Amino acid sequence: MKEILKILEQDAKVSPEKIATMVGLSVEEVKEKISELEKKKAIIKYRTVVDWEKAGEEVVYAFIEVKVTPERDHGFDAVASRIYRFPEVHSLYLMAGDYDLSVVIEGKSMKEIAYFVAEKLAPLEQVQSTATHFVLKRYKVDGVILEGKEEDRRLPITP
Amino acid sequence: MSKPLISKIVESVPPSGIRRFFDIILSMEGVISLGVGEPDFATPWTIRETGIYSLEQGYTTYTSNQGLLKLREAISNHLYHTYGLNYDPMEEILITVGVSEALDLALRAIINPGDEVIIPEPSYVSYKPCTLFSGGIPVVVPTYLKDGFKVTSSEIEKVVTDRTKVILLSYPNNPTGATMDREGLLEIAEVAKRHDLVVISDEIYGQLTYDDTYTPFPSIPNMKERTIFLDGFSKAYAMTGWRIGFACSIPEVIRAMTKIHQYTTLCASIIAQKAAIEAITKGNDRMYEMKNEYNRRRQLIVNGLREIGLPCFEPKGAFYAFPSIENTRLSSSEFAERLLLEEKVAVVPGEVFGRCGEGYIRCSYAVEQQLIEEALTRMDRFVKRYRK
Repeated sequence: MKEILKILEQDAKVSPEKIATMVGLSVEEVKEKISELEKKKAIIKYRTVVDWEKAGEEVVYAFIEVKVTPERDHGFDAVASRIYRFPEVHSLYLMAGDYDLSVVIEGKSMKEIAYFVAEKLAPLEQVQSTATHFVLKRYKVDGVILEGKEEDRRLPITP
Repeated sequence: MSKPLISKIVESVPPSGIRRFFDIILSMEGVISLGVGEPDFATPWTIRETGIYSLEQGYTTYTSNQGLLKLREAISNHLYHTYGLNYDPMEEILITVGVSEALDLALRAIINPGDEVIIPEPSYVSYKPCTLFSGGIPVVVPTYLKDGFKVTSSEIEKVVTDRTKVILLSYPNNPTGATMDREGLLEIAEVAKRHDLVVISDEIYGQLTYDDTYTPFPSIPNMKERTIFLDGFSKAYAMTGWRIGFACSIPEVIRAMTKIHQYTTLCASIIAQKAAIEAITKGNDRMYEMKNEYNRRRQLIVNGLREIGLPCFEPKGAFYAFPSIENTRLSSSEFAERLLLEEKVAVVPGEVFGRCGEGYIRCSYAVEQQLIEEALTRMDRFVKRYRK
């Protein structure tokens, strides 16, 4: 199971036939295991890691530190769900430390993100304060280094 | 000079056949090389970063001849906890410049002129030359596909004479990927005992064994005192260029090897030794990740080779597949040369690893998956043209 997940985590497009060869199971067994993993949401989704800049699109990211007042019976979950439903919210984490929620926003411009914070996020009644940090450059995303693959420096034939 | 300039021994040893296609490859574009005997991963970053840090800290000096004690202790711990081997870091471990140096030291420390060294083939290209350089006489024992390229005690015993001093074992094996099981090693241990032989065991690929059956030779009862165990960081931790190996044996042997090392090499690079400490203490998660990746590719390449009609033994260790090319009616050299010129895939002809390697080629799977697949596609076209 873990082996199949490791392979798919690296490349979601690997065919069940190839996985079967690599892990020494039959194609049917692999398909079965994958659908089992999908059913129990161990595999959440298959996506593509996109470098939008290379695709010619303007994308701005911001990390926003949010302090909130937890609610009786719901803790942070209720306010979190009000926030993560906005499509602009790329990721959302509950944090230990100086602030409560870390909100990652994806927008077309700084202005758009500033607007989102001012109009949508800050006015929420549970939100006490926000601090917005804009991303200048993305180097590594979800385990993938975006620029500069290490060159193969080996000699072509060695013993 | 009117006297022959070069020594007779050196003159008698041919240059390594493995580099023959080197220049052709360099002049071509788009070659996929399955001919590389080292990991395709760069050294894990935490290890490289430790090397950088040690330079910054001014670790630019010699170390003790035997190597940094901390590294010897880390190796001793690792061998004890992983395999139950007991080697005292003070007296029984020597850090060398790769296993290559360790092998040279081991042979020179124990060989007297004319002593015979039994070498199972196909084997790594250095064993015969190093034996000759040490004044010994290499005695080859062929291994066969039908035995899974394992050397058998009976084959060894057939060539033992009263001049035999050493059995040189190398499992997991380069180029075949064969491993030895415990029973086979027990039988060889019996032969070693019966004829009072030393076993030099080059186990550089030991950590890259894919079926959890790896048995280091000195773990066989009563074998520690007659074994020189060689291992290193190159393959498992992707550290070939750092040149760190080590030898483990009884104090008497390590002292003798250290004597040669002290006068010829002094010590291994301190930067690389520092990095090796990081590797063996903190690099193991990454090492297992690389090993798992090799394992996936192993299945892919073995399956692929069989599908294109080249019968292939299932390698259990190292990162080489060693398919038979006999049904193409080409010699291994012809096969390698034509495959390179016609389809731009580089492999190593089996004959460079010994006469019984003829009829096979070595294909390294320390190569990215996509490239393995492309190489197999090209080889498929090639084999279809030649297969009778």
